[in-house]
Amino acid sequence: MGLFIAQLLTGLANAAGLFLVASGLSLIFGVTRIVNFAHGSFYMLGAFIGYSLMQVLPGFFGFWASVLLAGVAVGLIGVIVEICVLRPVYKAPELFQLVATFGVILVIQDLALMTWGAVDVLGPRVPGLKGIVRVLGEPVPQYDLALIALTPFVLFALWYLISKTRIGILVRAATQDREMVGALGVNQAWLFTGVFFLGAALAGIGGAIQLPKGGADLLMDFNILAAIFVVVVIGGMGSLPGAYIAAVLISVLNVFGVTYIPQSTLVLMFVVMAVVLMVKPYGLLGREEVAGEHGQVGEPERPFKPAGTQGRLLVGGLLAILAFVPLFGSSFLSVLVSDVLIFCLFAASLHFILGLGGLVSFGHAAYFGGGAYVAALLVSTVGAPMEVAFLLAPVGACLGAVIIGWLCIRLTGVYFAMLTMAFAQLLWSLVFQWDEFTGGDDGLVDIWPAPWLSGTTAYYYLTLVVGVGGIIFLRHMAHTPFGYALRASRDSKRQAEATGIHTKRIQWAAFAFAGAMAGLAGSLFVFSKGSIFPTELEIARSFDALIVIFLGGVKTLSGAVVGGASLEFVKDFLTRFEYWRLTLGLLIIVVVILAPDGIVGSLRKFGERLGVLRGVEN
Amino acid sequence: MLECETINSFYGKAHILNDLSFSVGAGAVVSLLGRNGAGKTTTMKSIMQIVKPKTGRVRFLGQEIVGQPTHRVAKMGLGYVPEERRIFTDLTILENLEVGRQPARDGGVEWTNEMVFKIFPNLEERQNNLGKALSGGEQQMLTIARTLMGNPKLLLLDEPSEGIAPVIVEQMATTILKLKAEGVTVLISEQNLHFARIVADRAIIIEGGSMKFDGTFSELDEQPDIRDGYLSV
Repeated sequence: MGLFIAQLLTGLANAAGLFLVASGLSLIFGVTRIVNFAHGSFYMLGAFIGYSLMQVLPGFFGFWASVLLAGVAVGLIGVIVEICVLRPVYKAPELFQLVATFGVILVIQDLALMTWGAVDVLGPRVPGLKGIVRVLGEPVPQYDLALIALTPFVLFALWYLISKTRIGILVRAATQDREMVGALGVNQAWLFTGVFFLGAALAGIGGAIQLPKGGADLLMDFNILAAIFVVVVIGGMGSLPGAYIAAVLISVLNVFGVTYIPQSTLVLMFVVMAVVLMVKPYGLLGREEVAGEHGQVGEPERPFKPAGTQGRLLVGGLLAILAFVPLFGSSFLSVLVSDVLIFCLFAASLHFILGLGGLVSFGHAAYFGGGAYVAALLVSTVGAPMEVAFLLAPVGACLGAVIIGWLCIRLTGVYFAMLTMAFAQLLWSLVFQWDEFTGGDDGLVDIWPAPWLSGTTAYYYLTLVVGVGGIIFLRHMAHTPFGYALRASRDSKRQAEATGIHTKRIQWAAFAFAGAMAGLAGSLFVFSKGSIFPTELEIARSFDALIVIFLGGVKTLSGAVVGGASLEFVKDFLTRFEYWRLTLGLLIIVVVILAPDGIVGSLRKFGERLGVLRGVEN
Repeated sequence: MLECETINSFYGKAHILNDLSFSVGAGAVVSLLGRNGAGKTTTMKSIMQIVKPKTGRVRFLGQEIVGQPTHRVAKMGLGYVPEERRIFTDLTILENLEVGRQPARDGGVEWTNEMVFKIFPNLEERQNNLGKALSGGEQQMLTIARTLMGNPKLLLLDEPSEGIAPVIVEQMATTILKLKAEGVTVLISEQNLHFARIVADRAIIIEGGSMKFDGTFSELDEQPDIRDGYLSV
């Protein structure tokens, strides 16, 4: 019993930091509708800045002053990010801003590395709260009790601010209709900045406050990211009490999970989220999200047209060049181009559901990595010939997508995105932990193509034919009745239903199809590398594809491919340098600001303004 | 008080307002009449700078406002009541009013909750109800009340009689006349000539984003071809 209580208290104490960070994320999303990936970076900065301050500010009050000052400092950094990076892109298509915040993550990672070095720092113990208290014989740190006592006050203060003050009323009004708030004489730009300050400051305080329980390191930004998104989604986006309940739920379950089912720790929160979302599609205390209710639908989509003669000639010319790569280029170049092609096919498959279907998946790597694992397992366990394994991989990925799609498709928007991520994470942890079958962390090796396809050149041509063929097939599907129905379901569910389209079924089919195509990319991938590791199923891999789609232009057919190719080549070049993240991050931010319609979308607009591109589009 | 001079506004490539010019004098109630798609709402939005006119000038109290941010235009004393009402459905009536509240500007009236409740007694009864619990007519009243809280010198009313019950339309007419008596200048867009005639002193008719008529209602009655040609009867 004593142990049980002690663990419960540990869980509650852990919830304090998690709640602070997650409430900041929830606030920012609620008002600005920005999915702020950089929130984990704010948390990390809070920890490091707090740590530095604690070195100079001594004693009990020094500690708490450091926590608050870290919050203010991170809040100001948030203001800089909001003004410099996000303001220019508020009018861009929904979710585009997440690409900008992704750039911010990279920049902050390198800046933190430059400032604090690659060494993990251990948080100081708090003077005056260093001891332990015996609860039913079990030791509980005093600091934990302090955190448990403090959190409800923070929750109350935030709740009061949002529900009772004029600022809070304006913030809630802006959450619903920011243009109208502006028309009533409120400068909503500063309202947004204020919310960003508060949200970032909360993340900073969260980072500083957990120092005595952990410390600070350069991985903590990504490590907390999934957890805070899960908390916000379980609680219901924009609900502070919901975030608190969810933070407690996750933290307490986690402590018990570690003790009783250690294998569960990697996925526990995703399981909880999946269960909650399947029972309550908008989180515990969230409310229904209505697309476009926030007055930021943006300009209407342009109709897609099959490529004109010019476009076809351009692509044909490009393919001809690619066909000559093994003959004239180095084998290094062949490998690089294959990697890029495979990635482009993966990105294009995600674009099919994201761009055409309006379904933002945060877990598309499940089908890419899943396909790769299906092929690898077929070869390594039953000794299937490569050709069979190669062809069955997309089938397996498709099957997985059919099942997961069936579970996810009822949800919409960010909730859909999070549920897809939860299932991808489940798959990842299954592969990661099932050593005997999947090889776990060591992956599966010796998965080579059939003799007639081995050799860089032969496999290069296979990749070229299948990769480009897949991309063209995806593109072709956009111009079939299936593609029309998918876009109709995206643009107006009600009208599509009224014309006899079963929108959910169409979306489900599209999800499965995209899964199959991602599986095909995974299949190409595994035989080109000869091995597969769980990293190919990670959240980071899903985000890679997501980022390039927005970077290339989500509202264009070629955006995914152009974005994928550009980013891969740039990355390949930049990673040779020490601070490549900083450079890449800044580059992404610049592209985002200069080309809010993505590379393709903005180039097209620019071309149209010059009058060169009229013939192609119209 | 308000002068629009040859404004041209676009939605993407669609040219909506075409060299539109008109003015509204202090204390007047002016009606902007025209069919669906004539450009009435775009005119309102172009004044508020929600839609930025590509060319032309809009002067309010002698100051050029084209290119200014919407919130600044509102602060200068332009009150906008949109056609779609756009009340904050997740906020209570009192909170909706709070969003609209602005300090009084140089010696003008300062509207309070009590003053708007005197004009809209229904709202007082339901002051703690959420916006989404209100009927269409009540929502329409709330948008006007909310805008009044900003102490506007000129009120832009976009089709206030649209989609509400006839009894409420009558109430709306009384309200507008009351506001006029309080010294508020009103520009009201309408399709309903009958309603406009009751509340307004002057009629401006637009079609295809250009002005076709500007004068009193008796002048309009003398030109039935214009009246019947540009207004659906």
